[in-house]
Amino acid sequence: MQQVITENKKAFMTGNETAAWAALVSGADIMFGYPITPQNEIMHYWTRLAPQYGRGFLQTEDEISAGFTVCGAVQSGKKAFTATAGPGNVLMQEPFGMAEGMRLPLLAVIQQRGGPSSGTVIYSQQEVTLTTFGGNGEGHRIVYSTATHQEIFDYVIKGFNTAWKYRFPTFILGDGYQAKMREPLELYDPETRGIEIVDTYPLVGLEGSISSADRGPQHLCNIYSMEEELYDVVMEISAEYESISPEVVEYEEKHCEDAEIIILSHGVVSRAADDAVEALRAQGIKAGYFRPITLRPYPEKALRAAIARSGAKKLLIAESAYGQFYRLTRQEIYGETAKIETLFMPGVGIVDNDIVSKVKSIL
Amino acid sequence: MQTQMVVPPTPKSWYLPSKPHKFCPGCGHGIVLKALGEAIDELEIQDKTIFGCDIGCSLLSWDFFACDSTQTHHGRTTPVMVGIKRARPELITIGYMGDGGGYSIGSQHLLNAAVRNEKVTLILVNNTNYGMTGGQMAPTTLPGQKTETSPFGRDPEVTGYPTKGPEFVAQVTPDSAYVARATVSKYNQLRRFIRNALRNQIEGNGFSFVEVLSTCPTNWRTNALQTWRFLEDEMEHYFPVGEIKNPFGKGGK
Repeated sequence: MQQVITENKKAFMTGNETAAWAALVSGADIMFGYPITPQNEIMHYWTRLAPQYGRGFLQTEDEISAGFTVCGAVQSGKKAFTATAGPGNVLMQEPFGMAEGMRLPLLAVIQQRGGPSSGTVIYSQQEVTLTTFGGNGEGHRIVYSTATHQEIFDYVIKGFNTAWKYRFPTFILGDGYQAKMREPLELYDPETRGIEIVDTYPLVGLEGSISSADRGPQHLCNIYSMEEELYDVVMEISAEYESISPEVVEYEEKHCEDAEIIILSHGVVSRAADDAVEALRAQGIKAGYFRPITLRPYPEKALRAAIARSGAKKLLIAESAYGQFYRLTRQEIYGETAKIETLFMPGVGIVDNDIVSKVKSIL
Repeated sequence: MQTQMVVPPTPKSWYLPSKPHKFCPGCGHGIVLKALGEAIDELEIQDKTIFGCDIGCSLLSWDFFACDSTQTHHGRTTPVMVGIKRARPELITIGYMGDGGGYSIGSQHLLNAAVRNEKVTLILVNNTNYGMTGGQMAPTTLPGQKTETSPFGRDPEVTGYPTKGPEFVAQVTPDSAYVARATVSKYNQLRRFIRNALRNQIEGNGFSFVEVLSTCPTNWRTNALQTWRFLEDEMEHYFPVGEIKNPFGKGGK
């Protein structure tokens, strides 16, 4: 693979440009995409950068096709990805379902926009339910919710590795703010940070000749004749998902040792929560911060431990949606007695003052 | 007395553990897949062929060939094949689908893959109905034809006229594309058309599309004679058989 970045490089760029660079240094072979705001510039940068490094691109007829062409390309053993948002994410649930059912190492960058329907082209955290549990399956996906451009870069690299190592469809869940704003970050070659790029391999189009009986043919399928056949498949996928979850799960926790209230947030909102916790602490309010980085699998054990350790009587869930992250969290910590307060601001940004005021109103 | 089983001549590229196949008696799929198998053998592409099938009766071919194969959702075979071909141009990708998958739910993929002149081969089996789901009206159901969702006969005033797939594909493709309509009633021609469609991909010319008129006695509720009559007298009359676009020279009927 042609080296893209030789030495660490400071950059000031948008999250979309960051995602394109990250895919490039990850060794992505081909992107399939369809225009939808706010993820367009991932394609814009990719189409300019990719030819310089012999990588491919196809603008498909819709998001359904973009998702399925990625499914085909990864089956052939190539590192393929796509990016979408909003109604495009809805359409892509069909190919994402195929990727779940056939354990395809698909990677998709989701830049959330407002919903429902066409919503806004700007920002939200309203694609949490869709990205974690969309489709007609069991949510056997890995979803990283990023908060900064550095994380977009880091987690796109990690996401490709996760997808190919574990063969679960993997998502980088960003949002319109992260997509469109510029901020500083450091670009690097993963190898120089000791990050080993996981090898790809084909599921069809394998080495060896079938006609001269070197090997048998691969017959992949995602539909089964008998209930029991499907049951076995789903139970096997579930068992494997559960067994890898402890290795995959990631979270960030601050000031939870003595917290009276733990503020729960994810993605870009966690930056406001972080600031809010510091401001509250400065005012003598014992606030803690907990942020799942993986929404699937969810860091349930770590959160329960943080609640237990702190003895917090209250949790505040802050999100730019009307309860999607709240519902996800609530089911994961079922049985905890800490009272859950909520700050739902669907489709609009949350700043530290919003959280500080809310905390003061409930303590 | 022991009877000797007569083994019919079988393409080398067929996967024997999945035989006998699971199509209904009188179904045309077996004939199409035999022609495809013979064409794969003749062109010696078994080892680099990726066979992909749709949902519907075509699904029953998911393990039909001793070729690497994959299977996807209803209508989505075209983009999956396009994805494989774009990622690995050295492979020969064959998408296999029915008229519902190609002309209805997957029509946007067929249209746009044709417009982009994707270097894939698609074989679409037209039996004028949705067989697997129990015989509903398809885009190709003939005017007046009775199906489960047109129980009084298809009324073109209400549901339009049958889709003429190869004609529409021919309109949107450049001259390097191969477009034909074959029928299971003319086996040698069918095999020739499929071979040409594969050759066109092997030579890297462009999009290759063969619609094959086929039989569905189970859902047509026809006996052998009626089945063949419907194919030859009704379908072949409405859907002209022949090569519409052939980069290798003048097409034959």
